[in-house]
Amino acid sequence: MDYEIVVGLEVHTELKTHSKIFCGCSTKFGSPQNTNVCPVCLGLPGVLPVINEKVVEFAVKVGLALNCEIASFSKFDRKNYYYPDLPKNWQTSQYDLPIAINGYLDIEVNGESKRIGITRVHMEEDAGKLVHSGATITSSDSALVDYNRTGVPLLEIVSEPDIRSAEEARAYLEKLKAILEYLDVSDCKMEEGSLRCDANISLRPQGTTKLGTKAEMKNLNSFRSVQKGIEYEAVRQEEILEEGGRVIQETRTWDENKGISLSMRSKETADDYRYLPEPDLVPIMVEPARVEEIRASLPELPDARKKRLMEAYGLPEYDAAVITTSKAMADYLDESIQHKADAKIAANWLMGEVSKHLNNEGISILACPVSPKQLAELIALIDKGTISNKIAKSVFEEMWTSRKDAEVIVKEKGLVQISDSSEIIAIVDAVIAANPQSVADFNAGKEKAIGFLVGQTMKQSKGRANPDMVNSLLRERLQSN
Amino acid sequence: MELFKYTAHQLHEKLVSKEVSAVELTKNVLARVDAVENDVKSYITQTGDSALAQAEAVDAKIKQGQAISMLAGIPGALKDNICTQGIKTTCASKILAEFVPPYNATVVEKLMTADTVIIGKANMDEFAMGGSTENSGFFTTHNPWDLRAVPGGSSGGSAAAVAAGQAIWSLGSDTGGSIRQPAAYCGLVGMKPTYGRVSRYGLVAYASSLDQIGPITRDVTDCAHVLNIICGHDAKDSTSINTLVPDYTKALVNNVKGLKIGLPREYFVSGMDSEVERAINKAIEQLVALGAEYKEISMPHTEYALSAYYLLAPAEASTNLARYDGVSFGKRVEGNDIVDMYKKTRSEFFGAEVKRRIMLGTYALSAGYQDAYYLKALKVRTLVKQDFDKAFENVDVIITPTAPTTAFRIGEKANDPLAMYLQDVCTIPVNLAGVPAVSIPCGFAANMPIGLQIIAKPLAEETLIRTAYTFEQNNDYHKGFATLGEVK
Repeated sequence: MDYEIVVGLEVHTELKTHSKIFCGCSTKFGSPQNTNVCPVCLGLPGVLPVINEKVVEFAVKVGLALNCEIASFSKFDRKNYYYPDLPKNWQTSQYDLPIAINGYLDIEVNGESKRIGITRVHMEEDAGKLVHSGATITSSDSALVDYNRTGVPLLEIVSEPDIRSAEEARAYLEKLKAILEYLDVSDCKMEEGSLRCDANISLRPQGTTKLGTKAEMKNLNSFRSVQKGIEYEAVRQEEILEEGGRVIQETRTWDENKGISLSMRSKETADDYRYLPEPDLVPIMVEPARVEEIRASLPELPDARKKRLMEAYGLPEYDAAVITTSKAMADYLDESIQHKADAKIAANWLMGEVSKHLNNEGISILACPVSPKQLAELIALIDKGTISNKIAKSVFEEMWTSRKDAEVIVKEKGLVQISDSSEIIAIVDAVIAANPQSVADFNAGKEKAIGFLVGQTMKQSKGRANPDMVNSLLRERLQSN
Repeated sequence: MELFKYTAHQLHEKLVSKEVSAVELTKNVLARVDAVENDVKSYITQTGDSALAQAEAVDAKIKQGQAISMLAGIPGALKDNICTQGIKTTCASKILAEFVPPYNATVVEKLMTADTVIIGKANMDEFAMGGSTENSGFFTTHNPWDLRAVPGGSSGGSAAAVAAGQAIWSLGSDTGGSIRQPAAYCGLVGMKPTYGRVSRYGLVAYASSLDQIGPITRDVTDCAHVLNIICGHDAKDSTSINTLVPDYTKALVNNVKGLKIGLPREYFVSGMDSEVERAINKAIEQLVALGAEYKEISMPHTEYALSAYYLLAPAEASTNLARYDGVSFGKRVEGNDIVDMYKKTRSEFFGAEVKRRIMLGTYALSAGYQDAYYLKALKVRTLVKQDFDKAFENVDVIITPTAPTTAFRIGEKANDPLAMYLQDVCTIPVNLAGVPAVSIPCGFAANMPIGLQIIAKPLAEETLIRTAYTFEQNNDYHKGFATLGEVK
């Protein structure tokens, strides 16, 4: 039987507010353990939460960017469960009245556009972190708790089960990450846990509409994990169904190293969180005027930016799509265009040399040692014919390490392209004189021989001779011989 | 000189006229504590040393001719669920027996700014659950009017301390009557202000949507003075009301002409002591004689209030108390694993009544029961509130007994939780509605004080003060002092 895979994603993203959701403590990542804490986030007796207005603003921004309806009346609830990383033994979250509902996100897979529904966006607090004494939970005889992360604001973004493949899931997540980055509300670092993804995965026979039993997959810590995890789970469930078995509703964890998923716990009986409307917080009422104010403040989002890059600069769709996936990359391109770089050439450099160097060093474009202005100047040197493309690559190399401007490097190293025909002719003549065999081959009709002679000329000029001129002058001299 | 028998406003006059010093006054009260504490048992923690230091600072100010607040240098007591930085705050629970808060409740900050003197942390029912202090995890407080009787609760220590002269004034907290009922049993004035009028920041939560801090004093004037200091908006409490606080002493007016009083027939429940009923009726007659009008009113949902309360308060308590799990503070009993540790710790250190309410609340919130219990109770709460809204369209105040009887004997209801719960039947609807109410002395039954409850609409504390003050100024009930003996 052919099966259709049905996926819904629950994404948690840490908001990059300066302070926590219900107290004034810093949200800084990587601080010494238990230093970003106070009576409120430690849940000491008698404390009360106060909502960080910035969190509401960020939530509304995200809701609007995901085409949601913003609730005019929303509230917090206590989600009760016992776990030592949760000092109050409840998580303050939103249950039946989330801040935003009924949105969507458009993704593109294999050139096809598709709309994925967004069920809801809600605000909640993060939990602390357990530090186990042993290598694994089961081999540890104790655990310590670091409460720095307790109370860091989170948004949970829940999709409809509209995703039909691992590729779509990945595209959805990449698009969502791009939007969150464009909104400047989250760092979206999956490795630091500021973007986390759980996937609800089920199968159903092609052509049917009833949802199959789902498994919830956790610990998907990278885009790759999301894709691999879903692919794996689809195969696992298909094998069970093909053998006439029954998929169990359960929570599974993805083991990236082994490339398999493992059962964490059965969810045959639903968790009972005994939700209670949070009596210590007042309902959140966002006035329509405030919503419009926030809507007006939204920055250009990935889709609009892609369209602009295509329409204003004639960038091919592929280039525009690749570059706008990262806000920082698109910002870089826009800035280099402002410095008069040709958009397409700058895009090529970004997707080529720049990305290659960034990847080699594992750094973000925000840390790129070559500034957009410097790249624009390098491109200008090529454009003016001062240096060749080939020389430009070695100049870029030098710029990367020395951070000097292209012009300075070209001057210091004497890399200015030789476009003076008499100078080139002198070299060409010397090369012709030194390589009689190649000249004979060329005259005998071996077209290939000219390549060798061009190479020799370029070598003699230390790569500085204008390649086009070398080519034409060589032919000219050979034919006149 | 028995300075401990005076009211705060009388003592304030003595301080500013330099008739007595704050240190003399504090020593006088501390000596009284030493003399009677064995009999009354008001305090879980005494803070005599810091009290004397606070008194010395006030004397220095007086000496320099600085103006002082009405409560400056006047010794008071705090219920032990109000957080005090560096001073144990136990909620009368073994699970918090060693808990020393690293911060002050907002009311404590306000009291410090006003240069008050704090004598100690008063006994209470564990986590404010109870009406007699018999549920304290440590010991039971005795009623200064008859040491065999309970002082009421849950703010029993706060009330007993004031009645016995171990403090001039005190703060309690009121979730279902926990200020008003002990004030009534101990012949004092106890007010539960409008929900949100006093910051709850630093009040260890029992039922967050019902809890409110308020004063217990010897007369209405002192009540107004304490309110002036503790009321007001607090940015740390999202539920606190952001409106200007009036000067409550301006409402100390001996005049009820034209005041419309409502007497809800539903509050005169079966099981009500006939002498209590007689005292209330007499009080009404007196107020009418002083120019007030009165009519009988109906508040039809009153009978469901108690049941709703015993679902809502435990539901909130079940989550509020979830943090006492042995992980990060409080005591711990080691277990085989974390769940075993949770179970052993909570079983060992919570008392029976706390466990009962956690169980009730957990059940009321459970999937499948939430609609039938918690959500139904919320609807009842709305109806009860509407009863009040409707009543206040026609009357200025509602008058009821504070409790159906006077203070009962220690042990008398200890094994009958339902009988104990019924003591709150007149006070609970007020918390459900979030409105303010005050209990004032209105007579004696078999030599034990009777409390009169006056209820007003939200933020109408001034109406309560005017009504209570007028009644007080035309009677002598507040002038008697507890005998610390046994009523014959």
